[in-house]
Amino acid sequence: MSAGTQFAAAAGAVVALPARLVEPVMYGLQRLLGIRRMPWVFLLPNLVAVILFALLPVFINVFYSVSGSDRLFPWDRPLVGGANYATLFDCDNFLDPSTCSRDLFWRALGNSLVFVPVQVTAMILIALLTAICLNRDIRARGFFRGIFFFPVMLSPVVVALTWQWILQRNGALNGLISSAGLTPVNWLVFPNTAFFWSVFVTVWAHMGFYTIILLAGLQAIPRDVYEAARMDSATPWRVFTRITLPLLKPVLLVVFILAVIRSVQTFDELYVLTGGGPGSATMLMVQYIFEVGFASQPRNFGLAAAASLLLGVALLIFTGIQMRISRSGRDD
Amino acid sequence: MKRGMMTATGALALMVAAAALTGVQAQEIRLLAGDTGTGGALFEEMAKSFEEANPGVDVVVEEVSYQTIVESLPVQLEAGEGPDIAIITDLGGLSRFYLDITDYVDADYFEKEWGQTLAWLRGGRDTDAIFGMPTTLTVNGAYVNLTLFEQAGVPVPEEGATWQEWAEATRQVAEATGTDFAMEMDRSGHRFASLAISYGAELVDEEGKPVVDDGLRAAIEQFVEWHENGTMPMDLWGAVGGSTHRELFSDFLNANVVLYFGGSWTLAQMDTEVGDLFDWAVMPAPCGPSSCTVMPGGGAMTAFAHTEHPELAGKLINHFAQPENLDFYISNEVEIPSAASQIANGVEYPDASERTKEALATFTAQIPKMADAAYRFQGWRYQRAMMNALTTRISQVLNNELDVDGALERIEEDVNLAIEAAEGQS
Repeated sequence: MSAGTQFAAAAGAVVALPARLVEPVMYGLQRLLGIRRMPWVFLLPNLVAVILFALLPVFINVFYSVSGSDRLFPWDRPLVGGANYATLFDCDNFLDPSTCSRDLFWRALGNSLVFVPVQVTAMILIALLTAICLNRDIRARGFFRGIFFFPVMLSPVVVALTWQWILQRNGALNGLISSAGLTPVNWLVFPNTAFFWSVFVTVWAHMGFYTIILLAGLQAIPRDVYEAARMDSATPWRVFTRITLPLLKPVLLVVFILAVIRSVQTFDELYVLTGGGPGSATMLMVQYIFEVGFASQPRNFGLAAAASLLLGVALLIFTGIQMRISRSGRDD
Repeated sequence: MKRGMMTATGALALMVAAAALTGVQAQEIRLLAGDTGTGGALFEEMAKSFEEANPGVDVVVEEVSYQTIVESLPVQLEAGEGPDIAIITDLGGLSRFYLDITDYVDADYFEKEWGQTLAWLRGGRDTDAIFGMPTTLTVNGAYVNLTLFEQAGVPVPEEGATWQEWAEATRQVAEATGTDFAMEMDRSGHRFASLAISYGAELVDEEGKPVVDDGLRAAIEQFVEWHENGTMPMDLWGAVGGSTHRELFSDFLNANVVLYFGGSWTLAQMDTEVGDLFDWAVMPAPCGPSSCTVMPGGGAMTAFAHTEHPELAGKLINHFAQPENLDFYISNEVEIPSAASQIANGVEYPDASERTKEALATFTAQIPKMADAAYRFQGWRYQRAMMNALTTRISQVLNNELDVDGALERIEEDVNLAIEAAEGQS
């Protein structure tokens, strides 16, 4: 037997060792539980992880939302029933936040309802456009792919501070505008411009990630489909709408779901860039939850938990609609 | 070979035994300090003599960001975790976590040196217990660019000048010199409280209940007017939302503003970054219709109830409180002392510039003028709830989301909700 074969045999024995150790245990379990129940044994590790890190926190959150005080441990918190929900829903007119007891919750909800669709639409359109450009045979393609992905690797705080430096009163952008003889604008002082830059900065920071996913999707589309279209003299727009988009649909759906979830979770960049201002123009739901639960003193964990549960329910409904749409798409 | 093995085994056993023994005997005290000023360096230095006097005691000084002290430490304490001792600034808000160190310190000496500020650590509780040692006193105050005043040929308002007189004078200076803005104030409820109390606001009554009165209304109205007429920029209070703290001291360092209302803790920065680039000074507290007061503040060293070495923690604080250590700390930290004897006798600041020494003297001179309401507010357990409500709601007024009446209503609601939450009612 050659040295190579001996090494391979030894390596094989080492690799097989865990299986050999586990085998008798599995046999024992199978004999005890029966073969029908065996899949549960294999699912158990994942189930434990899901229960510990996903379901249990949800139940804890539910408990916090129906209990009061600024105490952290559940056993120190008295039950207050639906008081926290009542506080959030104490509103004369839901369309006018200033008539609500917790006006900032409703303002944050309203802002999120505008921010999420605008940001997700902008993000997907720009990421798709970028991916299409990067999929072509352009010079320095690899370099540009790296450049567009670079912001994704930056810490959100770094992103926000960099853009704050660019956008502030005496910032780089106003320096450029002044040197061109134009009047500088205090970008973060006006609600509309602050909102625009909030969307812009978050799109800039994250689009690289979605661009890469879409690029992978574009590259998976067979070339011969395009060649056939070219032979049929299809226009580029027709090729895009009849070939690229339909074949990219599953990837686009994944990107859409990821982008919506990320958009709803937006917090760090805006917290540093605008702090939710001017006034409350860029305050989103997660910032409201953070402010109530962690930045305030005493910390109102109950109200924060109630607000986050409501956000969770909204996301759940959205995901349900999403799944229904994607299922009906498949049925077609 | 066998002998060698035996020797090695013996040595290993000895090492294990020694380590175990050391582990049993060594007592470690963890002290958490923020990274402002000199951070924990001076305490580390002073702890050496304590370690020498107490063999087997290891004082570990950990320096963390100030944000960690403000945001993470309370959560750690809530979970029964965290350091044995920390230097904190939310003196009243964290009071329920403190260790009573009365038995481990010279209580009479503590009362004599810090009588009034010890009450801040009690968070409104009816007790004489000592919960820590105030380290420094900070004072809010106005930094003024004297060079701009000189260039504009406008006389600098004298002690006793009102906020409105200051606003008028700085507006004239800004106009004459082409400076961007006349006045700026940190986006901080604490800084705004100085203005509010001088305008007659009580903020909190003797029973610890929030007070929203005409003084607060007058101060907010005045503040909004300054933003509307361009005396103050919208960048700080207008552009930022929620309770986010924001400062633009760089505007003062770059001579973009005539008067900056900040605090004594930026003196060292002024000294190093401005130096002699322009002439500046700290001015006595501007007056409102009610008083010429600014807010006091400062840090305190406290031990926490969860510590495994309560006696040692108390004794270590007592060690830091000794006159020689207090003098060493204050003179090197270049801060306003909090101990009565130091305030009375003065402290030498060998490394500070003349200008800084003058500024420190001006800050210290404001202490006796501080209104009772300012001290009461500083020691209130729910001070931070009120300060957060002030910043959030005033920003909303500046952005036309609320009017002043609406803001006052919201401020009261916010604080009451915070109190209810703390008491377990919501």
